[in-house]
Amino acid sequence: MRSFDFHQSGEIGDAAGALGREAAIIAGGTNLLDLMKIQVMTPERLVDITRLDGLSAIEADGENLRIGALVTNTHLAGDSRIRAGWPLLSRAILAGASAQIRNKATTGGNLLQRTRCPYFYDTSQACNKRAPGTGCAAQGGAGRMLALFGTSPDCLAAHPSDMATALTALQASVEIRAASGEIRTVPMHEFYRGPGDSPDIETVLAPDDIVTAVLLPAPRAGTKQTYRKVRDRASYAFALVSVAAIVKVEDGRIAEASLAYGSIAPHPWMNHAVEEMLVGQAPSDDLFARAGEALTAAPAPHPDTEYKRPLLRRTLIAALREATGLSESAHGVDTARIPA
Amino acid sequence: MQTSLTVNGQTREVDHDARQTLLDTLRDGLGLTGTKKGCDHGQCGACTVLLNGERVNSCLCLTAMHDGDEVTTIEGIGTPETLNALQKAFVESDGYQCGYCTPGQIMSATALFEEVKKGAPSYVSADLEAPTFDDAEIAERMSGNLCRCSAYPMIREAIAMSREVK
Ligand SMILES: Cc1cc2nc3c(=O)[nH]c(=O)nc-3n(C[C@H](O)[C@H](O)[C@H](O)COP(=O)(O)OP(=O)(O)OC[C@H]3O[C@@H](n4cnc5c(N)ncnc54)[C@H](O)[C@@H]3O)c2cc1C
Ligand code: SF4
Ligand code: FES
Ligand code: FES
Repeated sequence: MRSFDFHQSGEIGDAAGALGREAAIIAGGTNLLDLMKIQVMTPERLVDITRLDGLSAIEADGENLRIGALVTNTHLAGDSRIRAGWPLLSRAILAGASAQIRNKATTGGNLLQRTRCPYFYDTSQACNKRAPGTGCAAQGGAGRMLALFGTSPDCLAAHPSDMATALTALQASVEIRAASGEIRTVPMHEFYRGPGDSPDIETVLAPDDIVTAVLLPAPRAGTKQTYRKVRDRASYAFALVSVAAIVKVEDGRIAEASLAYGSIAPHPWMNHAVEEMLVGQAPSDDLFARAGEALTAAPAPHPDTEYKRPLLRRTLIAALREATGLSESAHGVDTARIPA
Repeated sequence: MQTSLTVNGQTREVDHDARQTLLDTLRDGLGLTGTKKGCDHGQCGACTVLLNGERVNSCLCLTAMHDGDEVTTIEGIGTPETLNALQKAFVESDGYQCGYCTPGQIMSATALFEEVKKGAPSYVSADLEAPTFDDAEIAERMSGNLCRCSAYPMIREAIAMSREVK
């Protein structure tokens, strides 16, 4: 690990003042320390925000919830209101990492975790995301963890967060504090940037912005929610593809659908054409097959991710079958209700 | 840098480089070598300790961030002469072969019991609001602890057995 100046802040203005291009916030440290040990990230200063007040609570704001940026993944997944009203979020978080990591990982850090592209991790390889302008070793290399959609000629990497995928389907937004003290709120689908010609810049955050909270809109009571994650082993592995689904069937027809897809794009992926095909229709295998085709129509940008197209299609179909009651085995399908 | 930790109930002042992880502080700084280093990257669980009562990978903790915190290691829960119930269950069930992962497994399972007591859910809980405790739950909840010797069935047995005697 390169040496750094360690700055522990007790006040958010002080933390913002210590930030800048060569500094990094450290929260749980479960991603940053890993990357610092292998010198993929080499901040000159670490700003420890874990002692800041007011960022560790989940607070009700009417029917909405405000989740502080330092709320741990374990705390969030286990919160009784979240389990009742936003069960998709509990399931998605619990599908990620291990109990040890979730105890340390924070809401802000989870959103901002970096890609798992193996060349990003290998400092002897070209990687535009780690070292801008050096090229992309994944192209022509091994790429089964890469993205299917939303890539650019400069970078094909996928965002691995399960939690962010659920938050996208739940139409959450991110609360950000600028160095000036001004607070702004950005919807999940506008928080991440596509790679374009600067894949090193992944979000709309400025170097001295601090994520202060995630805002969850009121629960969609009566919806069926499921997070279906496909991976190389049954637990403690990143997703190859995942589907977050929120669906409501009324009078035999799909009345509501909100879907997001994980580990297949540089950020949680959405495709509203799929929801539009579903809403107003009666659930059927034929309908779901067509939805899967529409979702995966584009060719894969790397030959090694071609397998993700049929995998994603089948995962979407399975999630929709279970959430609409078309198939019996409904493990991990929860019904949202207004928390007591 | 100077950091004060409470390790297994004793206050310890440590003088360390800002880069030092809690794992290295425990092993090299305090001589508590029961906690093991497997991967040093959060991937194996060999370094699991309790931090303020919750299980974490000590290889992904910076000592500098834990001033005033409480740490419990394998040395803090039993001695070779007086093993605790879970340690005895590991011996009785043959819950290891080489033993390298064992301190991490035991610290992890110690926290697991507390989590289940509090009603914390897991990904495989059929009902998120009323989790049960069965073999599939143990496997899921222990997935952050790898065993290179693959003693998994006996590890799960030891955990199930120890819970029954509680
Ligand atoms: C072995 C292993 C397996 C894993 N498996 C999964 C998995 O299956 N699914 C999954 O989704 N994740 C997985 N993870 C990733 C894990 O979820 C992240 O490491 C964790 O969520 C990061 O949170 P943290 O608080 O530790 O972040 P840190 O490591 O502290 O920070 C991560 C990044 O976020 C920035 N940051 C943190 N907080 C803020 C803030 N408030 N404002 C602005 N910037 C901030 C930091 O500067 C840093 O760049 C795994 C990790 C490991 C090590
Ligand atoms: S895909 Fe992106 S992260 Fe991977 S090597 Fe190419 S530029 Fe780097
Ligand atoms: S040594 Fe910490 S998880 Fe492997
Ligand atoms: S007993 Fe050898 S690694 Fe688990």
